[in-house]
Amino acid sequence: MPGNLNIFDISGRAMSAQLTRMNTTASNLANARTTYSSAEEAYRALKPVFRSVEGGDGIATVDVEQVVKSNIEPRMRHDPNNPLADADGNVWDAGVDEAAELIDMIETARQYQNNVQVLQTAKSLILDTVKMGR
Amino acid sequence: MADKIFGIHGDALRLRSQRLSMLASNIANSATPGYKAKDLDFERAMQEVRGGSDADRAAKGNAGYRIPLNPSLDGNTVELSTEQTLFAENAVGYSTTLSFLEGRVATLTRALKGE
Repeated sequence: MPGNLNIFDISGRAMSAQLTRMNTTASNLANARTTYSSAEEAYRALKPVFRSVEGGDGIATVDVEQVVKSNIEPRMRHDPNNPLADADGNVWDAGVDEAAELIDMIETARQYQNNVQVLQTAKSLILDTVKMGR
Repeated sequence: MADKIFGIHGDALRLRSQRLSMLASNIANSATPGYKAKDLDFERAMQEVRGGSDADRAAKGNAGYRIPLNPSLDGNTVELSTEQTLFAENAVGYSTTLSFLEGRVATLTRALKGE
């Protein structure tokens, strides 16, 4: 395999990147529908930032560069009976778009599977090459 | 010496392996914004190798960016349907080349053993 990245690095690191994405999605869905006393302390969806890492010769893998908070604003709701309500009787719901998170989850799972498939194919081809002539 | 025994198939395997890594890179980066899918023009590279060029140089000279069928908003040009089809095709090509090489090795082994 040419370059300083082999096919196991390429797919393996892509798998860990997708796993990080799956973890953020899980956190976001777990925190959806939680309420807070102010917009500042309310939970905002976490999003990973993917960045491709060049390995030379047209080969690249992917890493999570950072995890950022999304800019979805927490929704204000008037609910004076809620123990968390502020002086005006308002509470804030976490800034999470549940539908988008679910779609993200499915996409992440599919892309993880694709990388596993690539790894399996590459592994069997390499093993065949090793066994050549036996 | 090894070049003469294995003929074109040694270089073909090298190109197939390089292309396998490139297509794996594309699949790995299917969710990276701004990533441009790359590929190797295998037929042209093989022609250069047949014309006496080095396999590594042929791989470098015939690499390029893929033109997407449906450009996406985030600038990523990976289309999984295309990449997966080509990956499968390339994997089969790799296996075929490997069979040719195995044939050569078997021939040589038989000649050496004198069976």
